[in-house]
Amino acid sequence: MTADFDQVSLVDVSRHFGRRRAVTKVSLSAGRGEIVGLLGPNGAGKSTLMGMAASLVRPTSGEVRYGGGTARSLGPALRHQIGLLAHELHLYPELTARQNLSFFARLYGVDAGGPVEAALAAAGLSDRGEDDVSGFSRGMRQRLALERALIHQPRLVLLDEPFTGLDDRAVSVVTERLRGIAASGAIVLLATHDLDLAEGLVTRVVLVQGGRLIADEPAQAGVRARYRALVGGA
Amino acid sequence: MFLKVAWLVLRKDIAIEVKTREILYTTLFFAVACVLVFSFAFVKEGVPVEGAGVGILWIAVIFSGNLALGRTFERERYGETIRALLLAPAPRAAIYMGKLLGIVALMALTELLLVPMVAFLFQAPLFSWPMHLLALLVLGTLGFASVGTLFAAMLMRSRTRDVLLPILLYPVTVPVIIAGVLGTSALTQTPADEPMATLWISMLAFFDVVFLTLALWMFEPLMTE
Repeated sequence: MTADFDQVSLVDVSRHFGRRRAVTKVSLSAGRGEIVGLLGPNGAGKSTLMGMAASLVRPTSGEVRYGGGTARSLGPALRHQIGLLAHELHLYPELTARQNLSFFARLYGVDAGGPVEAALAAAGLSDRGEDDVSGFSRGMRQRLALERALIHQPRLVLLDEPFTGLDDRAVSVVTERLRGIAASGAIVLLATHDLDLAEGLVTRVVLVQGGRLIADEPAQAGVRARYRALVGGA
Repeated sequence: MFLKVAWLVLRKDIAIEVKTREILYTTLFFAVACVLVFSFAFVKEGVPVEGAGVGILWIAVIFSGNLALGRTFERERYGETIRALLLAPAPRAAIYMGKLLGIVALMALTELLLVPMVAFLFQAPLFSWPMHLLALLVLGTLGFASVGTLFAAMLMRSRTRDVLLPILLYPVTVPVIIAGVLGTSALTQTPADEPMATLWISMLAFFDVVFLTLALWMFEPLMTE
């Protein structure tokens, strides 16, 4: 069963953890080819929104729609269309880079030959494929984790701080990679604190604060100024 | 798809364990230390307390199994790889099955060392009925691990998971432990009570079916945040 979709929509979603309201009645949507920047201060609810979009966190109220379906109606086939790069990198440090990619490729029903080599090359780790991930720098792990999230060519790409630990050259490579996957028809939702990187990369800006949506507008020059005007900060 | 994913998860766990040998060594060390300490208390002048060996065998199996359960899921917590597993396009119960088989394999390796050790130190005739003993150990391990795997996964995000796991696990698995101990006792007594051992084996099989069915059914809802 396939579960392809052109749009993901969070409709009036709220998520409470006990008494704490992590997200309150947020609605947003993103379509193919878009790179939506999810911006906001620490604790704004960005990671919870990512978790809900990834179908890992169930909304307390509201729903997440993938085209015409929901996580419940689409089942496991939906998860084939989702790629998530979270704060924690979802890698096994005891395994080599190649073993990590092969494991996740097979888990998604992807051939572990060519796609794994291509992913290693895209991460700039072709010559480190047999090295344990535990010996990698943060930047190398980050690049590997990004390729792990993309190895099954997902329709919905969810990235939480994808630029953490990357050097300037790697940032340029990853930026181009994200533009490429959006151009190929993926929906990219990108949570970041790096407003300079967001500017020029994202096509739309969604601002959240205190678990609430405070702005959803097309990206334009001056993301930092707009962010400061709405969220505050020096 | 179910079996393929379960196999992938199991193979990944084996690959990590072959590399680190962390869980196997700690589990074996703990189990051996446990049996040795008990042997000092229950073997006087070369004569063991009657029936003590069977109880100590099962205590060592259960306690070392508990240790293995905690460590296996600690690996999935570090780096939050459990979320990546749950995001895979496969029935989530297959993830559970893969983890369960890994725990059962680790416990089985520990038992391979424990059984001859207990037989030797406590002069227990454990090998008189080898197929019955094998059935008791396999079914007892499966019953204990099926509940343990579910609870360990469920408690992964709890700060007090190390304390909560045995508190929750032991009361629920008491029927399995009792059946294992009484079944093995029936085999080692003189003369051996084979029909009674067979009855306990049947009881263990029943518990396994119940526990495994419930765990497979409950894994997905329990793991969705």
